[in-house]
Amino acid sequence: MLRLDRVSKRFGGLLALEDVSFRISEGAITGIIGPNGAGKTTLFNIITGLYDISDGDVFLSDARITGLPAEKLAVKGIVRTFQNLELFGNMTVLENVMAGLHTRSRCGMVACALKLPWQIAEERRIREEALQWLDFVGLSDDARLKASELPFGKGRLLEIARAMALKPKLLLMDEPAAGLNSRETLELAGLIRRIRESGITVVLVEHDMELVMDICEQIVVMNLGRKLAEGTPREIQENPEVIAAYLGEG
Amino acid sequence: MAEGRMRGSAAPNNLYFPLTLTLSLREREFSRQYHLKRELLKFAIFTILVLLLPLAAKEGYILNVLVFVGIHSILAIALNLLLGYAGQISLGHAGFFGLGAYISGVLTATHGQNPWLAMCYAAGAVGILAFVIGFPILKLKGHYLAMATLGLGIIIYILFNETVDLTGGPSGLSGIPNLTLGTLTFDNDLKNYYLVWTFTLVAILLAVNLANSRIGRALRAIHDSETAARLMGINARFLKVQVFALSALLCSVAGSLYAHVMTFVAPASFGFNFSVELVTMVIIGGLGSIYGSVLGAAILTLLPELLRAFQDYDIIIYGLILILMTMFLPGGLVSMAPVFMSLLRGRRKQPGGAHAEA
Ligand SMILES: Nc1ncnc2c1ncn2[C@@H]1O[C@H](COP(=O)(O)OP(=O)(O)OP(=O)(O)O)[C@@H](O)[C@H]1O
Ligand SMILES: [Mg+2]
Repeated sequence: MLRLDRVSKRFGGLLALEDVSFRISEGAITGIIGPNGAGKTTLFNIITGLYDISDGDVFLSDARITGLPAEKLAVKGIVRTFQNLELFGNMTVLENVMAGLHTRSRCGMVACALKLPWQIAEERRIREEALQWLDFVGLSDDARLKASELPFGKGRLLEIARAMALKPKLLLMDEPAAGLNSRETLELAGLIRRIRESGITVVLVEHDMELVMDICEQIVVMNLGRKLAEGTPREIQENPEVIAAYLGEG
Repeated sequence: MAEGRMRGSAAPNNLYFPLTLTLSLREREFSRQYHLKRELLKFAIFTILVLLLPLAAKEGYILNVLVFVGIHSILAIALNLLLGYAGQISLGHAGFFGLGAYISGVLTATHGQNPWLAMCYAAGAVGILAFVIGFPILKLKGHYLAMATLGLGIIIYILFNETVDLTGGPSGLSGIPNLTLGTLTFDNDLKNYYLVWTFTLVAILLAVNLANSRIGRALRAIHDSETAARLMGINARFLKVQVFALSALLCSVAGSLYAHVMTFVAPASFGFNFSVELVTMVIIGGLGSIYGSVLGAAILTLLPELLRAFQDYDIIIYGLILILMTMFLPGGLVSMAPVFMSLLRGRRKQPGGAHAEA
């Protein structure tokens, strides 16, 4: 599905990623773990096209996608959520999800300004589907709220609904459980499983080990910009290097 | 059994079309149509108001001012699409207004072109110009964008002054014909009022439609977080350029109207001061509110007429208004509307409300 080939990223003198290579298999839930500053978010920023790559290549289903801009990659099916929420704060919850349907609708400036019949029909379709995504994450009752008024946990859910609205092939989630209480985390695990069941490949950066070990089939461990290990949760838990560098610390 | 713990009342088996939702969706569809109707009602009431206003303002002078309120409204709406929705500043919009006025003026007064055609040529040319300039300029953000558009406005202003053979230079260009429609010539304030406000109403309608659409949503998304918008597949760069071009095009149409209403144009009307005045109109009315822009345009057009004594200090007064508004009422005057309404409603409800709570 997704393949990274010796990817490096330099910020001035700092080498945030160094020769990172791994594969994400289709239809799986993959976890990326590692201590703070390991380069996990940087990895996401590279895959989604927010940062230019310094060295190496990224492939999506065997097509080279290195250097494509973020908006093109979104259309190709790579969508993400953010470690620190990036909601459209001045828009309603519903409008946030409707904005997520942008790429799956057509009407341009002229059709919108003139309110042509097919624009009205399309707008209705967008709205209905957005409402369904809100139902999917359990936010229907908050549809009319301003997104900035949502509590943090619900903000996370809204980001997921907005991302799902793009019908992604690959969903990258950056620390989705951070700031959630244990009940919310449990619900999140169920939600992520349901997302995977709908045929979407999920990659998850997460510090909550219990969650990662519970739902991930495959884990990549990062440390100081390098890939430290890769394997099933059991393999990772038994890997002495990982225990020394990461699990041992915590 | 894990199902029970999951969030989401419906927990749909089929992700895309959960059957359990049909009923509540129908309810929501109803409220959406209610919203559309309200938007239409607002426009209808406003249109009637505009049509009837000349009956109350028979005096030629007030009518004349109202013609300019109409033209300024188009400009404020145009700038609001860029500033209030997409969140991109322009301190050069007076330049596009001037270009529309001068292209129309020169084509008709000097070359005897049909005024309506001239208006279309001007709009097309200014739209394309803005589109081309937009690509490099809208790469810039914040202060840099402000500086670049400021520079653009100043360059255009200097061109009006310096190309004397074409524009008549600082002393202006006269002999611009009025617009005509069959045998009807728009040559007095009353006719011009209806001419200009027809355009203004159309601009309002188009802008409201655009604002409540997929494109308007994408613009507001860019405003809130360009990063997130791009990651949602919104081509932020292209959309910003598009709305910049549309905004300039609308300004050009307003400029053409201005030229044919005034029959005379001079560079002084299209300088930096006027660009700042436009920004003030948008901010006073409320960023991202189309009717607010009309309100802002009305206030800033009527105010100098009321405060003639301050004429030379107008730019200072606008500066003060801008500072005070951004400090105390960043949502603009329209943001007062809900407060005002709830005050009214609250007063009416108070006796019953207190009862219900007890
Ligand atoms: N835009 C940037 N400019 C300069 N340095 C950066 C930038 N983004 C990240 N870095 C650096 O790259 C390194 C990796 O950061 P990154 O955010 O990817 O870590 P992370 O694994 O996501 O950590 P955390 O668990 O705290 O989120 C850090 O040293 C960070 O300071
Ligand atoms: Mg991170």
